[in-house]
Amino acid sequence: MSVLIYIDNQDGKIKKAGFEAASYGVALAKEAGVAAVAVSLGNVDESELAKLGNYGITKVLSCTDARFATLDNSAIAKALAVAANQSNANIVVLAHNNLGKAVAPRLAVKLNAGLVSNVTGLPISLQPFKVNKNVFTGKAIGHALIYTEKKVLTLSYNSFGVIEQAASAVIESFDPGLNASDFGLTVEQTQKVTGKILLSEAEIVVAGGRGMKGPENWTGIEQLAEELGAGTACSRPVSDEGWRPHGEHVGQTGKIIAPNLYFAFGISGAIQHLGGVSGSKVIVAVNKDPDAPIFEAADYGIVGDAMKVLPQFIEAVKELKA
Amino acid sequence: MKILVLIGNVPDTTTKIKFNADKTMFDATGVQWIINPWDELALTRAMELKETAGSGIETITVANVGHQETEATLRKALAIGADKAIRVDADAKDAFYVASQLALVSQGYDLIFAGVEASDYNGAAVGGMLAELLGIQSVSSVSGLQIDGGLVKITREIEGGSQALSVAAPVMAIVQKGIAKEPRIPAMRGIMMARSKPLEVVQPSETEIRMSFEAFDLPPAKAACKKFTEEQAKELIHALREEAKVL
Ligand SMILES: Cc1cc2nc3c(=O)[nH]c(=O)nc-3n(C[C@H](O)[C@H](O)[C@H](O)COP(=O)(O)OP(=O)(O)OC[C@H]3O[C@@H](n4cnc5c(N)ncnc54)[C@H](O)[C@@H]3O)c2cc1C
Ligand SMILES: Nc1ncnc2c1ncn2[C@@H]1O[C@H](COP(=O)(O)O)[C@@H](O)[C@H]1O
Repeated sequence: MSVLIYIDNQDGKIKKAGFEAASYGVALAKEAGVAAVAVSLGNVDESELAKLGNYGITKVLSCTDARFATLDNSAIAKALAVAANQSNANIVVLAHNNLGKAVAPRLAVKLNAGLVSNVTGLPISLQPFKVNKNVFTGKAIGHALIYTEKKVLTLSYNSFGVIEQAASAVIESFDPGLNASDFGLTVEQTQKVTGKILLSEAEIVVAGGRGMKGPENWTGIEQLAEELGAGTACSRPVSDEGWRPHGEHVGQTGKIIAPNLYFAFGISGAIQHLGGVSGSKVIVAVNKDPDAPIFEAADYGIVGDAMKVLPQFIEAVKELKA
Repeated sequence: MKILVLIGNVPDTTTKIKFNADKTMFDATGVQWIINPWDELALTRAMELKETAGSGIETITVANVGHQETEATLRKALAIGADKAIRVDADAKDAFYVASQLALVSQGYDLIFAGVEASDYNGAAVGGMLAELLGIQSVSSVSGLQIDGGLVKITREIEGGSQALSVAAPVMAIVQKGIAKEPRIPAMRGIMMARSKPLEVVQPSETEIRMSFEAFDLPPAKAACKKFTEEQAKELIHALREEAKVL
């Protein structure tokens, strides 16, 4: 038996979510007393895959078929089912990112497995299999039981962390045996945000709300983000107004993020906003209104004017770095 | 073309989440139920497509797995403009159970919409499972969708960007933000018409349960917020390094 970990890649590179899934899978396999096997689909160099060894992975199945670049959910699920059967996996772990959450349900059906998405840690018990997951968009935690022999889990981002442990990963080539008819998507265009910290992967996020008054006031937010190496985000009305791009909208109906540090400038802290950010380890709020609900969610706060606080924060960070 | 929109019935997004005394069940007393926000946007997009001249869309059907109480939510979907509703009369036990029930009533559609997740248990599962059960393509994180000469043109979010792609029908589109701007609100006329639109009730099939929730917890209460004044802004940054150790 084994734990199979799907390591997705972006243009041939493994991102933090992949290393975190590896760390989690290795810990889970250890607890269950079985082997951990990673699987990679698509054109990823051996040198890149070898990095998985730094997170305790000793075996990687790699299928370098370039057709996986279209991120065809059906084809990927099919290939993962083959990998799971070959490696006699009873648990499959995926990152709860755009691709992982799209593929996991299909895979669960193929394997007759129970699925729990968005898990926040290692199982509480293996027999019966019980694991915690986020429910009600971060407003509660559910203790999920899986009854089937096989299980599929998707891991909530930044909930487990990456754990380095030196191992050396053996890379085996893997052929899931797919035909042309297994691939049904035609990708016409891909647009990548370049040169910016990805919101989903950012350790620190600096966000602004309607209290920032207008897009012209975002320079401070961007400067602070740059000094901190942080991603930028916003509340829903801000993206609705077109002050900021839609990709920055966080909350129940936007992106759900869980950075180590979240700054909220001029954000009231509506329940739908908090749903998307309450997984943050530390929240800093700056708001003129002492009764703004954001202060109930925040760890540190300033009742004051964001425009006055921002330059001081930027100064202070510069000083810290100096 | 025929469109099916899956409709989840969830507590209003402002609901204060509480559980019963032994924390095994969501406490639904006084809760307002709504169409899952993503599904509402999906239905809105389906309506826009149908209203586009030459779209070739004949009907929009909505489907839900739920008890009698969810009919109000389905009626709202009809009032927004769906032509027909189907309810599988069963408890929505787990995602596999729901998808298996939906598979019985989802044959023969060219385009099926599901939401990326239900805002209650955040399963993120039913759409993908149903597509697998039906043996059709699925595209997730869909933020835009057009129909162009029988092909479905989709924009989806990928890590760090977006992608335009095309796929032949039948296809499952699992939607998120962007698929429609604002959800449609039923007009008076729609509400009147909804009363006479067909709402078919289907009996469930026997299906195994693969997972369930044993109990729930509310997140641990946060320690009180440490407040600094505007003048102490720099000290706050220092505290983030020395005390919280996040810088
Ligand atoms: C179904 C549904 C889903 C939703 N999903 C989301 C979601 O995903 N994400 C989301 O964010 N919202 C969402 N919302 C909207 C949400 O309810 C709030 O309306 C929204 O979050 C408010 O945004 P805000 O805090 O930027 O603006 P406001 O509520 O207008 O707050 C502005 C704040 O700025 C403060 N302020 C003003 N001037 C200053 C200053 N100079 N310095 C400091 N502070 C100042 C004010 O005191 C106030 O607290 C959703 C709503 C619904 C109904
Ligand atoms: N009981 C249900 N009846 C119909 N559709 C559902 C039901 N539950 C979930 N769905 C659909 O599946 C999507 C994802 O839900 P979930 O997998 O429960 O997070 C929802 O947005 C709906 O489109």
